[in-house]
Amino acid sequence: MQVPILRQGDFLIASIQGALTDADLMQLREHLVQSVRRFRSRGVVIDVTVLDVMDSFAARTLRSIANMTRLLGARTVVVGIQPEIAFSMVQLGLTLEGTLTSLDLDDGLALLKSADKKRQRHSDGS
Amino acid sequence: MAAERVDAVVVPIVSDADLMLARQKGRELAIALGFSHTDTTLLATAISEVARNIVLYAVPGEIRLHVVERAGRRGLMVVAADRGPGIPNIAQAMQDGYSTSRGMGLGLPGSKRLMDEFDIASEVGRGTTVTMIKWAQ
Repeated sequence: MQVPILRQGDFLIASIQGALTDADLMQLREHLVQSVRRFRSRGVVIDVTVLDVMDSFAARTLRSIANMTRLLGARTVVVGIQPEIAFSMVQLGLTLEGTLTSLDLDDGLALLKSADKKRQRHSDGS
Repeated sequence: MAAERVDAVVVPIVSDADLMLARQKGRELAIALGFSHTDTTLLATAISEVARNIVLYAVPGEIRLHVVERAGRRGLMVVAADRGPGIPNIAQAMQDGYSTSRGMGLGLPGSKRLMDEFDIASEVGRGTTVTMIKWAQ
């Protein structure tokens, strides 16, 4: 199942629609990296509200998406982690190091925008 | 028409494409047993991890799901069985962070934390069987 990716200005929003196979996750990674390059995106939001489980492969793939997009100058934020998913992640010992996390899409976009402003200030030398 | 007692669901594990089906079947049974949303998620996650170990190290194998009952409580038993290389040092395999495939090494000890009961039997050259139970609250 392909994950739809929407473009909102400088940001990309990937909304996971349901259960994902390993192949779906890898395809999402490929698609996001290509899209960041194509649209010169500065941020990526991955909405996992409807993701069925966050297992070790999913966590690892999300982290690699963040690492790869960062190499292209973009930040990644994962939003919508459900309480039971958060609980299972903590029990399993999974982390999403390297990614930002936010509660929901609005918060995620706000976080990316403020991170972007900080970066631009720094590059202005001010 | 005779009623059919379906108390064992078997999902063959041959590739990572089978993991989603194993999670789904586990989820379906858990919901039928009245598991909470949280417990259903923990169960599906544990199934994903032990089934993934089969894909990584010991294909082919299978996930068997049984409804079990003890002292008036019902639960779901997950058996992950393979005829793979076996685990030479189970204690080591049960340590967080130990991996033989550059993975995170959390699958076995993590699954134990996600479930209520956990047992692992393995023989080098013969295979591995992980048995886990989650009880309905």
